[in-house]
Amino acid sequence: MSQNTTQSDEQGAVDPNLPPDPSRRFWVASACTLGGVAGVATAVPFVGSFAPSEKARAAGAPVEADISGLAPGQMLTVEWRGKPVWIVRRTQAELDALPKHDAELADPQSERPGYTPDFAKNEYRSRKPEIFVCIGICTHLGCSPTAHFQPGPQPGLPADWPGGWFCPCHGSTFDLAGRVFANKPAPDNLEIPPYVFSADGTRVTIGVEENEQA
Amino acid sequence: MAEKNVETTGLLGWVDRRFPLTSMIKEHMSEYYAPKNFNFWYFFGSLALLVLVIQIVTGIFLVMSYKPDARFAFESVEYIMREVPGGWFIRYMHSTGASMFFVVVYLHMLRGLFYGSYRKPRELVWIFGVAIFLCLMGEAFFGYLLPWGQMSYWGAQVIVNLFSAIPFIGPELSLWIRGDYVVSDATLNRFFAFHVIAIPLVLIGLVVAHILALHEVGSNNPDGVEIKQGPKDKYGRPVDGIPFHPYYSVHDMVGVAGFLIVFAAIIFFGPEMGGYFLEYNNFIPADPLKTPPHIAPVWYFTPFYTMLRATTSDFTWVLAAAALIAAVALFIKGRLPGIWRVIVPVILLAVAVLLKVFDAKFWGVVSMGGAVVILFFLPWLDHSPVKSIRYRPNWHKVLYAIFIINFLILGWLGTQPVTPTYTLMGQVGTVIYLAFFLLMPVWSRLGTFKPVPDRVTFHAH
Repeated sequence: MSQNTTQSDEQGAVDPNLPPDPSRRFWVASACTLGGVAGVATAVPFVGSFAPSEKARAAGAPVEADISGLAPGQMLTVEWRGKPVWIVRRTQAELDALPKHDAELADPQSERPGYTPDFAKNEYRSRKPEIFVCIGICTHLGCSPTAHFQPGPQPGLPADWPGGWFCPCHGSTFDLAGRVFANKPAPDNLEIPPYVFSADGTRVTIGVEENEQA
Repeated sequence: MAEKNVETTGLLGWVDRRFPLTSMIKEHMSEYYAPKNFNFWYFFGSLALLVLVIQIVTGIFLVMSYKPDARFAFESVEYIMREVPGGWFIRYMHSTGASMFFVVVYLHMLRGLFYGSYRKPRELVWIFGVAIFLCLMGEAFFGYLLPWGQMSYWGAQVIVNLFSAIPFIGPELSLWIRGDYVVSDATLNRFFAFHVIAIPLVLIGLVVAHILALHEVGSNNPDGVEIKQGPKDKYGRPVDGIPFHPYYSVHDMVGVAGFLIVFAAIIFFGPEMGGYFLEYNNFIPADPLKTPPHIAPVWYFTPFYTMLRATTSDFTWVLAAAALIAAVALFIKGRLPGIWRVIVPVILLAVAVLLKVFDAKFWGVVSMGGAVVILFFLPWLDHSPVKSIRYRPNWHKVLYAIFIINFLILGWLGTQPVTPTYTLMGQVGTVIYLAFFLLMPVWSRLGTFKPVPDRVTFHAH
């Protein structure tokens, strides 16, 4: 029933206490629905504009590092996709020590998904045992841990410290294979990026898979 | 159409016939009746408004010389400090204002806690207030990236990565927030937009809502007595109320004067406040390859930061056990109505299981966020028969004292490097903080309460 005939008094005024006119409800609902859909559709490009730009996506080019001068026990940091990547030439003593503290680690075999590519699923988490390459970003909240390669007790570190990295932000500790110690804030071992060695082994290229051209 | 009848004449009358100027001034100032027994704790609301104005004005002037570009941001801040005439003063006002904002807001919230100002009918006043607190935290966080120093950079890195801890969508979400794979120029630009436009607009809207809701229900007071329910004079005004203007507007000027003395002393004699207001590492330009050896948030975030750090995988056992005990206790002894008596314990059981399923990292974020979000529920957690601390059992005051000391210790721990002892202290502190609120429905109704007077206690000076 429409409101424009019977319910007006002689001056044409409409009783303010009338219930909503059911004949208009469909069109009101339709208009609101369509308007709502249009509103959501308009929000899509705004939400989308927060995603990384094409420029940011393209900036992930591989980087090459010369490791011929890297002495045993030394660490080199290169920037890849804006993140620090560490290259360490581990000493034989450091390699020998790696399996000894498996029991203290959260994930000694690197079984959790996402941080260890298949080529690094081994005792040393690397392609070559002595050369360790990893992204120097703590898997907790993204700080860059600091190197403490000297084993043994020292301020702020456990008494049986085997050498590795200590994250200054929240105290996570990692061994020299980037494996996180148990009961620390960081849940995962340090991420291993894709990388390949040059034929003579003096250079390492970060950001390239084995089957890709360097 | 005929003009509206107003009492005012002349220019004011002309305006009043077109805009409710005089009636608004009356409603919110000269005929807003506030209880006459306010003490110094009632300074902090108007002081928070003062700091908001200081931050907006100094902020506008800083934007005139600042460059939101990763290459120039650090440089432009140094340019403001060294070369813009008076730039150092404007910037120190802004940086000191940020810390002082939290000082007055924490004290303002503590006042509400003491006198039960969040209780019925002031729940919405409190909820708008907690929303303002959240906005302030956002504002402080976004603003802290802008100088593009080491602490700016790594602080933002850590907080944005908090979102990556959320199961399933986390990594994509933090990428979306940063707009890049690392904190970068894109992140700086959007944080700038949030800091100078988006959050301030929301903040001002919430402040208006906070005051409108307050003026709708009327102010609480140190006795927690409703003056509107007390005796009224022959004009219908509560006899225990006095007009906000001129009585409290003048009263607040005393608070403003005291505040400005402290504020100016900090700006002129110790703007860095020993590294608490401006951290030393932030005088080094951002370096994405090197985290400073010791990073800590600014002091006002540290209590919550400690709770984040305290949540290790061992600690989630404690939390899971607590959830389990709570589920059983609520099912057996709880006073929840109807179906909720089953639903809430089941949810708690699910939480207990998930605590060991998801990473401790995620639960660290949950305890930190929960520590703030829990404040929204305070009006419904407090079941004490009286509002004000004045009429609560003495051991309630001891609990409040423990809560305050614990909060300060949590704050101090958040500035310190991680050691096993400090982590343990942080875990104990987190339990005390959460238990204070979560057990409030139980402890707040226990003990012998003192009789509440019918009228406010007031002695004329």
